[in-house]
Formats: sequence, C-alpha cells, structure tokens
Amino acid sequence: MASPMKFLQKFKPIFWDYRPGNSGPFKSLFNFRSLWKRRVLLLVCVALGPLISLAIFNHMVTRHDTEKEIYLRTARLVSNTKRTVSFFLEKRKLALDFVVQHHPFEKITDAEHLKILFSDLNATIGGFTDLGLITTAGDQFRYYGPYDLQGKNYVDEPWFHEVMEKGLYFSEVFRGFRDTPHLVIAIKYKLNDTFYIFRATIDTKRFNQLISEVELIGNGDAFLINHQGILQTSTRSHGLALESIKLPIPEYSEHTAVFEVDDVDGERYVIGYAYLPDTPFILMITEQKSVLMAPWLKTQIVIISFVAFGVIGILLAIYFVATHLVTQIFVADQKRVQTLHEVEHTSRLASIGRLAAGVAHEINNPLAIINEKAGLTKDILTYGQQTDQTTKLISQIDSILASVERCGNITKRLLGFARHLEVNIIKVNIEAIIEDVLGFLTKEAEYRSIQVTVKVDENIPEIETDRGKMQQVFLNLINNAFAAMQDGGSLDIRVRRRVQNKITITVTDDGSGIPEADLKRIYEPFFSTKTKKGGTGLGLSITYGLVQELGGTMDVQSVVGVGTQFIINLPLTQENKD
Amino acid sequence: MTEKILLVDDEKDFVETLAERMRSRDMGVTTATSAEDALEMIGEQSFDAIVLDLQMPGMNGLEALEAIKKKNPNLQVILLTGQATVEKGIQAMKLGAMDLLEKPADIDTLTEKIKKASAQKMVLVNAETEKKLKDIMGGKGW
Repeated sequence: MASPMKFLQKFKPIFWDYRPGNSGPFKSLFNFRSLWKRRVLLLVCVALGPLISLAIFNHMVTRHDTEKEIYLRTARLVSNTKRTVSFFLEKRKLALDFVVQHHPFEKITDAEHLKILFSDLNATIGGFTDLGLITTAGDQFRYYGPYDLQGKNYVDEPWFHEVMEKGLYFSEVFRGFRDTPHLVIAIKYKLNDTFYIFRATIDTKRFNQLISEVELIGNGDAFLINHQGILQTSTRSHGLALESIKLPIPEYSEHTAVFEVDDVDGERYVIGYAYLPDTPFILMITEQKSVLMAPWLKTQIVIISFVAFGVIGILLAIYFVATHLVTQIFVADQKRVQTLHEVEHTSRLASIGRLAAGVAHEINNPLAIINEKAGLTKDILTYGQQTDQTTKLISQIDSILASVERCGNITKRLLGFARHLEVNIIKVNIEAIIEDVLGFLTKEAEYRSIQVTVKVDENIPEIETDRGKMQQVFLNLINNAFAAMQDGGSLDIRVRRRVQNKITITVTDDGSGIPEADLKRIYEPFFSTKTKKGGTGLGLSITYGLVQELGGTMDVQSVVGVGTQFIINLPLTQENKD
Repeated sequence: MTEKILLVDDEKDFVETLAERMRSRDMGVTTATSAEDALEMIGEQSFDAIVLDLQMPGMNGLEALEAIKKKNPNLQVILLTGQATVEKGIQAMKLGAMDLLEKPADIDTLTEKIKKASAQKMVLVNAETEKKLKDIMGGKGW
C-alpha cells in the first residue's frame, strides 16, 4: 500500500492539507479543498456531460436500430421460409389434385396404375412414400407403398374425421403404425353420390432437408412445431423431431411475428414465427441474440474505448487545470495572508509608536525629578552648608527611588504590551486589561481634561481570550475615541453580561461621530479620514479582525456631533477551532 | 544680582527640588503647580523669567504662555517639555517664548538661559524706561 500512496502523494495539490488554523476568519478567504472540488465538478460536468450523453445516446439509438433490423430480417426470413414450406405442401396437394382430375376413378383404383402413378409422382415432384385410397367408411381399399396397409381401417383415427369434415387434411408428423415420423396429406374427392379419400404419405426427410436449408446466422435454427409445441422437424439446438420444445409456444398470429425470449439457460433468443394456414404447423426461426448483436457490440466496444480514453484524457486535463488554477489562488492568498500579517504587525508597532510620545513624557517627568534630586544631593555634598545633611540626603534618595519605580512601572507596562504577538489564549480579567491600556492614556486624558469612566459589572467572570489582542483592541478603540473628542469630552467604557455565555463591552465617546456614508467603510483596510494626520486606515480594520479572531462580534453606532459607540460581544470561552 | 524666577510645573516634587537648587544658586524662586496659580502670581508681583512646563492638566503650557504674554509682553518665558516636537517648538516660539528646553534639563543650561532672559528683560525694561524718559523730555517743554 505504501508505494501507491506515495505515488498519489505526488499528485496531491499543495493546498490539500492546508488548514486556515489560527489565522482569523478574514485572513483566509477560501476553503481551497472545496474550491478545487467545485472547479473539478464544474469542469467534469461541462466537459464529460455532453461526451457521455452522446455516447449513451449513440449506444441506445444504434442498439434500437440494430434490434429493429434484426427483427425485420428475421421476419423476412420467416415469411420466405413460410412460403417455401407452404409451397412444398401445396405442390403435393396440387399433384394429387392433378392425378384425380386427369385419371378416371377406375384407373386410379387399379393397383397397377396406382403403382405407375406413384413412380410418376416421385419422378416429377418427389417426396412421396406411399399412396392410398380410402372409402367413406374408413377402409383403405387400395394402397401402394413399402408397407402392407391394404384393407386397413382408419375410421377411428381423428384425421379421418377431419378430412371428412373439411375436405383437406395435413397431418402433424407422427409415428402412426409404422413407427417412423411421417406426414400425411389426405384429400376428399367427390365420386358420383359419394366420396373417397386420396391419401399420400410424405417423406419427412425431404421436409427436414427443406427447412434445414434455410440460411441462418450463427446458432440459428429453423423448424416446425405443432400447436402443442411438439417438434415436427429436427433442430440443431432445440431437440429432435417429436420431442417437446422448451421454448414457449407463440400466440396465434395471422402474419409473421417476432419476439424475444430467454430459454432455461438464460440465453436470449430472437424468435420469428408464422402459423402455416390449413396445417397444424408453426414455422419458427430462432437465433441467439448475442450472436446477432455481436457486430454491433464490436462497434460499440470500439466507440466506448475511444470515449473511455477521451474521458481519461479530459479528467487528467481537468485535474491539472483545476489544480493549477487553485494553486495559483492559493499562492496568491498565502501571499496576501502573509502581507496582512506583516501589515498587522506593522500596525501593532505603529500603535505602540503612537504611545511612545506619551510614554516619553511619562518617563521624562520622573527623570526630571531624579535629575533635580541628584543635582540637589550633589549641591548639598559640594557646598555642605546644611546642618542636618543625613536626613536631607535620605529624603532625596527616597524620592529618587520612588521616581525610578515610576519609570520601572512604565517600561514594564510597555513591555507587557509589546509581547504576545502570537495567539495565546488564557483566562484574563477584562477590567485589568482595560486598566492596563488606560495606564498609557491617563496622562493624555488628564492633559486634555477627558473624563474616562470604566464600569465593570460584578458578575463578569474571567474570560478565555488573548491578552495581547484584547489590549490592542482597547488601545485602538480608546485612541480613536480620543482622536474624535474635543478636550473636555468624556469616554465611557462599560462591561456587562447580557447573555449567559457572552460579555458585552461598550466604548462610548461624545466625539465628532462618524458620518453615515463612512460608517459602512470604517472596517475596510486603508479607509481613513485622518490620513493627513498620520492615520494608516488599519486601526479599525485590524480591531475588527482581532475581535473576530477571538470569536467575538463588533458593532458600531454613531451620530454626527453626538458621539460614537462601539459594541463588542465576546464569548466567555474559546471554542476549539480544530 | 538676584533674579526673580517663577517655576511652573504640575509635578510638585520637581518644582520644589529645582527651586531649592536655584535658591542655593542665589536666585529668588517662586513656585506654582498650575498655570492658573502662576497667572495669579504674575498679577501680584514681577518676575525676571518664568520657567513653564508645556504639558499640564487644565490649562496647558502653550495656553498659559499666551495668557502671560497678554498680561505682560515683557515677561521672558522659558518652556520645559517632556516630549519636544518641532511643531510645538515652533508654536511656542511664535507665541513669544524665549527658549524651549527638554526635560530632564541640566541646571547649568537652565541657569544660563535664565540669566539671558533676565538680561533681555533688563534691556527691554531699560528701553521702555528710556522711551518713557524721552517722552517725558519731549512732552514737557522744558
């Protein structure tokens, strides 16, 4: 199994096992596997659909035509053979008629003359085994033939009654007294006030020969059966004469008819048949359908193999085209994702950079104090005019230490911010994050007299989320709010729990508001109204992405001149994305 | 001579320490921790130089500068800032600040600037006195 798997691995598109993984929903736009599948399906439908339907259509139509042709040919064969067989029997009947017409009764009944007649008939028409004359009482009073049948009485034979009734009788093939298959023609002739019957036995060998001469394809068979399904002539594959046939006896039909039937072995036969008028015979011609259809099947195999090769070729082409197409999209998307990652990173650095100015001031203030305190200490030690030097020095040093701690806190906070660039889901206290972020911005708020209120409901638990990303979300939102507000404005941050498994954070400012036309576009990357003031247009776009990545939703409401409210819903726990 | 200086900064620790050091360098120093207090003091007494922090809660440095210049254009203002930007520097100069120093500032540099400011003020005051004298001389027909 290893080697075919390895072989298949070579054909596996590079995007097959790609999982968007921890990148956010807006980072990967496509599911490449389904994209590929859809392309392949579409191409397969478009390319193979017509080809295969055409092949099926061709198959059905030609099959139908071939069958029709076989039926027609079989029917023609049956009707030709029927004519031949009928003519054979008719000819013998006419010969007897001719004999009766051209010879007086006395001559026919004369034993010597009957012998001459018999040899004449066999010399001209042929096929006669014996001749006999029977009275209306059933007595055979004159007979010529190889058997001793003179004086035999037929009054109890069913055929005798039939000939008496109808005037003409063709017998089925039967064994009779002689125990050899034979066939009898009996004709009733009028003689003065009474009748007599002229009877002739016909050689079934001639009869068999006649039928077996029919030219048939493959395992074809032509034969006669009687109405009871007893074979009248020998067949190649359906048994010998006087055996019962295993095929169903066809229904009576005035004309030649064709039908199909499966025999006991499951072989399908095309059977043409005709009822021979005035006789107990049904002419049947059977042909194996598989043999008849063989030439058609051969053509079909050629066509189907062509189609199959075509299909394989098309499938390969589709595979390569679709793979190539999707791979290109995949590569482009990968590049896009990478660029987005870089942009996001840059934007993160940019937002930290924006903080840097404030941080510089934050640090410079304690540094200035340290500077002065250290300077004063030096002054004291240099000039030494102070009486209580130690106390004074200790107080200076304490003050320096306090300022150093202040600086330390600021740098620590900044470091905490720059960390966590990778997703790192932990339980966090949302209020602590807000305080963290506000820590950077309180000075600005103070200088600009912006009132910042934070209210977190008591039932807010720690939530599972990414600390760094949440910090960035708040930093971006509060920075934006500050930018929109006049000095002396107020910013309100509220955290509530409206739904069981979610917390709702609202950041409301009373700034300039966002015009309705811009409101739809604020999450678009590079959409910015403060490009001249150094805005990148990525802040909200990235904030939106971050919130989505954390499984949350973000909404905005804004009225120009009144203020803007951002509403963020965050889940309490992170569902496992895999 | 002793210069009279007003120090304005919201960091109390900073102003007081700086004041002490300046006093030990023979300067007369008054402190204020907000722009509003400083403006009040300017109304009450005269200063040779004012050292003003740019960023303060409430009225900020630039606004205070404007108000001071309005009250007495002769006052020399030196601005101190924790985050110096070119933009702010230019704005401050336009409003009539004498100089702009970055925190943490070296006390010798600051002293030097203060002395310069004091001298500048002297020149201005002298010029004004002279002008007044000339006016008196020209105005009265001796």
